[in-house]
Amino acid sequence: MSAYAPGTRAAQLGLKIRQKKTTRSSTLIGIGAWIVGLVFVFPVLWMVLTSFHREADAATNPPSFAAPLVLDGYRAFFDSNPWPSLLNSLTASVVSTILVILLAFPAAYALSIRPVKKWSDVLFFFLSTKFMPIVAGLLPLYLFAQKVQLLDNIWMLIAFYTTMNLPIAVWMLRSFLAEVPVEMLEAAEVDGAGLIRSLREVIAPVVMPGLAAAALICFIFSWNELLFARVLTGTVAQTAPVFLTGFVTSQGLFLAKVCAASLVVSLPVLLAGFAAQDKLVQGLSMGAVR
Amino acid sequence: MTRRRTRTTAIAAVAATAVAVSGCAGWGSGASSSADGGAVNVLMVNNPQMMDLQRLTAANFTAKTGIKVNFTALPENDVRDKISQEFSSQAGQYDIATLSNFEIPIYAKAKWVAPMDDYIAKDSAFDQDDILKPMTTSLSSEGKIYGQPFYGESSFLMYRKDVMDAKGITVPPKPTWQQVAEIAAQVDGAQPGMKGICLRGQPGWGQVFAPLSTVVNTFGGTWFTKDWQAQVNAPAFKEAVNFYVNLVRTHGEQGAPQAGFTECLNNLMTGKVAMWYDATSAAGSLEADDSPNKGKFGYVAAPVVKTKSSGWLYSWAWAIQQASPRKDASWKFISWASSKEYEQLVGSQLGWTKVPAGKRASTYENAEYLTVASAFAEPTRDAIASADPLNPGVQPRPAQGIQFVGIPEFPDLGTQVSQDVSAAIAGQTTVDEALDKGQQLAEDVAETYRERGQQ
Repeated sequence: MSAYAPGTRAAQLGLKIRQKKTTRSSTLIGIGAWIVGLVFVFPVLWMVLTSFHREADAATNPPSFAAPLVLDGYRAFFDSNPWPSLLNSLTASVVSTILVILLAFPAAYALSIRPVKKWSDVLFFFLSTKFMPIVAGLLPLYLFAQKVQLLDNIWMLIAFYTTMNLPIAVWMLRSFLAEVPVEMLEAAEVDGAGLIRSLREVIAPVVMPGLAAAALICFIFSWNELLFARVLTGTVAQTAPVFLTGFVTSQGLFLAKVCAASLVVSLPVLLAGFAAQDKLVQGLSMGAVR
Repeated sequence: MTRRRTRTTAIAAVAATAVAVSGCAGWGSGASSSADGGAVNVLMVNNPQMMDLQRLTAANFTAKTGIKVNFTALPENDVRDKISQEFSSQAGQYDIATLSNFEIPIYAKAKWVAPMDDYIAKDSAFDQDDILKPMTTSLSSEGKIYGQPFYGESSFLMYRKDVMDAKGITVPPKPTWQQVAEIAAQVDGAQPGMKGICLRGQPGWGQVFAPLSTVVNTFGGTWFTKDWQAQVNAPAFKEAVNFYVNLVRTHGEQGAPQAGFTECLNNLMTGKVAMWYDATSAAGSLEADDSPNKGKFGYVAAPVVKTKSSGWLYSWAWAIQQASPRKDASWKFISWASSKEYEQLVGSQLGWTKVPAGKRASTYENAEYLTVASAFAEPTRDAIASADPLNPGVQPRPAQGIQFVGIPEFPDLGTQVSQDVSAAIAGQTTVDEALDKGQQLAEDVAETYRERGQQ
């Protein structure tokens, strides 16, 4: 026993030192993470604070933290009738996301669970549609929309956002579906389930987090899209980001108004993100864990 | 059961949205593509005067005429891009757009905008003769009028009277640039943190080159000669840019390479500079109720060297797209927005400092306007009246324009050269290097015009 004692004590000491080191390093990592987190969150907090300032206070340099808080920015935003633009953004984002998921899910199935011939070429084709800089398609799309009388029409944006997000969704869903064990499907088939039933009752519940993550990303991309919305819309189909740019002016002050407007326009995305947080984390880590 | 009901409700909601959307092109309102006489679509820059107009239209214009006006307001650079894309393709999506006196002659030559002479002849209440002559000239092409100014501006020198008085300095009513440089040196540091003068240094053909081109003009320089020879590194151009860069580097504002109109406005307003050479329209903001030094500002003519006057001329004006099927309704809106009646409406409802001025002679005879604008009304009118867009310098020009050259290539050329001039203000390059590079760019443009044989 005593022969073992020094060794045990040494081992205990080593364990304590290691524990201390681990505690210290985890504290340091914790502090580091907080600092990095604050650096990333600071601009958003700054935007929130500025949105409650008066224009004159928002424009001061150095900035004033203690300026009185007012609702002028929000009043200016809501007085300028943002509802049609917000509804247009919501329509374009929601409808295009539904279409993307409806089209991407079967495509991803055909590329992973029951792979079609040359599935990797197909997958590469989807990726290749993103090779061209998106701005290169701006003029042809504008002229196309003009010719088919779809300028300033929300359906043009829905079609564009659907095609814009489809390759991303196919790639994402394919990697999620690849995680589904084929045995599960085979078992369902043995039990007499058809394709649709297997998809709905076996695969869908398993890949739901992945589906939610893909849908949320498509929704965010559509909601925030500015370049094409600015070119393709006018008075009828104008979206929220285009409406938002209207507050930036070369004459006079606008910082507080823009911050208030940005905050309101960001809210739907933030809410959707919070609502789908659990599913999103599951979904995004799905492909990473094998 | 509950799950099924939730699913049914969700499907029904999606279907309802799709049906609702399929019936329309969006949630906003707009004039239809056919000749809908009851509505017009307007694409405009989102300057405060335009936003006031947007607020007043429904209750006044639409209530009286029954014509609904759908506005799209965008920042200046965005609106320029969108207008050029809309008008060059003659998409007909918008009936009216705000164009400046830079674009209107170019668009008129391309037949993208409709002439207004017939409408003007039939609409005696509009009173075209009341529009200041240089404005009409700058919005015309080949004898026809293509635009009506909403508001206009020239440039002049603004300064703090109290600072000058404390130093015993009298600013001459028509100063020379040398006098301005001397005064800037004297008042530099007159108050803690106060610099002598604010001059734009921000890159952009409409930023640093707005005031700088007027300095070039009055120093005897020009971008191009009448027969399209580039003159960007010629002695007069160089002397002017050297003078400007030296002045702003020695007695100019903090952060000059990034300072544009807004920054300089803030600087003079808050006492960080004693003088500012810029747009006459800034005076309204300086004398506004919330301006901290309201009533302490003096205004004199744009400084000169070799010319009698040197102020620029700029206007945001209404133009009708040639492809518009609703030209009659469009003219009715323009006639109202640029009328004396609208100025009266703004004066009585929003205050006389907010009147879109600088376009009508009658504005400067209006006692109510003069009560609030007495400090700057006369210098503004004189500055606009003395501006000559056809002959702004000491030599004949190949295209009209004072602070710009009225050719489609100028925004690109001016912006590229301005980036080097701004770098010279920041001390990263020399004026000679900047202008030698600019000369090459200008020569490329000049060559195309020489080849086309345009004079």
